[in-house]
Amino acid sequence: MAEMEVGARFEFVEGATSDLSFRACGPSLEAAFAAAAQALLAATVERPEAVERRERLSLQLEEPDLELLLVRFLNEIVYLRDAEDLLLHAERIEIARDGCARLRGELAGERIDRRRHHLVSEVKAATAHGLRVAQTPDGWTASATLDV
Amino acid sequence: MAAPRSAKKLQRALYEIPTSFREGMRVPVRVFGTRKLLAEMDDKVFEQAAGVAMLPGVVGASFAMPDAHWGYGFPIGGVAAMDVDAGVISPGGIGFDINCGMRLARTDLVWPEVKPRLRELADALASRVPAGVGRRGFVRIGPDEFHDVLRDGAQWAVKHGYGWTEDLRTTEAGGRFDGADPACVSERAIERGRGQLGTLGSGNHYLEVQVLRPEGVFDEPSARRFGLDREEQVVIMFHCGSRGFGHQVATDYLHDFLRAMPSRFGLPIIDRELACAPFASREGRAYLAAMACAANMSFANRQVILHRVREVFSEVFGRSAEQLGIRNVYDVAHNTAKLERHDVDGCERELLVHRKGATRAFPPGHPELPDEYRETGQPVIIGGSMETGSYLLAGVETGAVSFYSTAHGSGRTMSRIRARKLVRGRELRERMEQRGILVRTASLRGLAEEAGFAYKDVDEVAEATELAGLSRRVAHFVPVANVKG
Repeated sequence: MAEMEVGARFEFVEGATSDLSFRACGPSLEAAFAAAAQALLAATVERPEAVERRERLSLQLEEPDLELLLVRFLNEIVYLRDAEDLLLHAERIEIARDGCARLRGELAGERIDRRRHHLVSEVKAATAHGLRVAQTPDGWTASATLDV
Repeated sequence: MAAPRSAKKLQRALYEIPTSFREGMRVPVRVFGTRKLLAEMDDKVFEQAAGVAMLPGVVGASFAMPDAHWGYGFPIGGVAAMDVDAGVISPGGIGFDINCGMRLARTDLVWPEVKPRLRELADALASRVPAGVGRRGFVRIGPDEFHDVLRDGAQWAVKHGYGWTEDLRTTEAGGRFDGADPACVSERAIERGRGQLGTLGSGNHYLEVQVLRPEGVFDEPSARRFGLDREEQVVIMFHCGSRGFGHQVATDYLHDFLRAMPSRFGLPIIDRELACAPFASREGRAYLAAMACAANMSFANRQVILHRVREVFSEVFGRSAEQLGIRNVYDVAHNTAKLERHDVDGCERELLVHRKGATRAFPPGHPELPDEYRETGQPVIIGGSMETGSYLLAGVETGAVSFYSTAHGSGRTMSRIRARKLVRGRELRERMEQRGILVRTASLRGLAEEAGFAYKDVDEVAEATELAGLSRRVAHFVPVANVKG
């Protein structure tokens, strides 16, 4: 598992043969989502820690449930990679559950620099395959599959 | 055998899993393949094909091709035809990379001429055809012109000087799906994909220089008809799709369908991966129109890449592309849904045929084929792993059994994470070079994930399509240079 600054972690696990499945976890729901974003970044670039936090974007999303919120959250980051050339970490995430699932947060990162960022895989989308967001005795887990 | 106990052999290389396998199956599952290929298939292939068999309006059977493997929603290598009135359209039955497909071009060049220049050629191809994550393409256009690309596909490319008119004749659907409506795609899809026209992408996408060895010819008359007419002939094959544009179209509609299924469509969500809309609904039709835009973006992408390949060969060999005889053999999609007419129990019906990781393979005499391929049947391109070579096949009449669909590749047998644990990219590149395959890759880790051992035996897959009567082998090519994203 890759250790992360927010006390959350992720690991890539066996899943659909063509794709990349991951399981992220953290002491809070928000930390698990941040770790999921880190898994996406680690699928894209060799050393996620080399992606500096030079630009910031705010994000607000609403979905019927937490699992669909996770997919939507990751797909926002995928979109920004292609449309804006941005590699992004997730920061200051807040998630509210009041009949639906709402996320407010900040993404921080920088534009792709091929000299510093060793790019690996172009994630096409986060999918509902193996999608699961669940509370555990230790916190929360967030699992999904990235189509690459 | 990994196939369920209830699977029955119907004929050579065809097994049927009855509707009793899972509650809710409307039709059986039919799996094409040899016993060996079935044994290698993940259980999930059968589970996923059974899920497809539960979709409303599915006609005949849910099919799995010999290269089928575990995918998203449908198995990769999954085929299902839907009734146009009672059936659904499912983005998971097409894939995120809409119109991911293969293109094959032949040349007059032979291996002894190319061998001394191979390094120069591979370097030039790698530097002139952008590959890898999020690369910007070599075709720069504004949003309005991108709409023209979405409407007209490869026809836009040829009209703007990226290729020859004859290329369109040898591209599926003339390089343009009808019914593409840019009003049905989001601004986000356009913003995501507009800059990527003329890019290969990453993952399993590649561009290869290959050689036709004498022992690689299975059917000489057909090979000649496809322009393969000399020993040690050099050909160019590439595999790519609709890039971020198509990925966003699929993402947008999957999101919308999941929200609309229980309420607006009155469809229960049995499996989120099989999100769908009634084809007859406004949303279902809109997705087909958006999907056609992505298919056209992909045809245009492969067309402009062929143009760039012609430029590179021309520069390296000091002769024009015409003098080098770089002609398109065929371009064929393997991730689409299409309206087609098929015979069902003696009646011709219009069906929406989903092919996900499966290639359309029309038989000889089919009216959609160009005159030069009327006798041979449609060319089918099966890309193997980058270490094992690829096949050119042709459609056959017996392919009616799968709505004229066949395999698309060798099919993965191993996950990406496992593959990269077993070999390092640098080591693999060296090993391939020792075996005579030059590699130019944007990512060594990505290269390791695509190692030949992560795939099924492409020879077995190609042979199985022939045994099952889906297509027949015409030629086999071996790679000598691989440019990978």
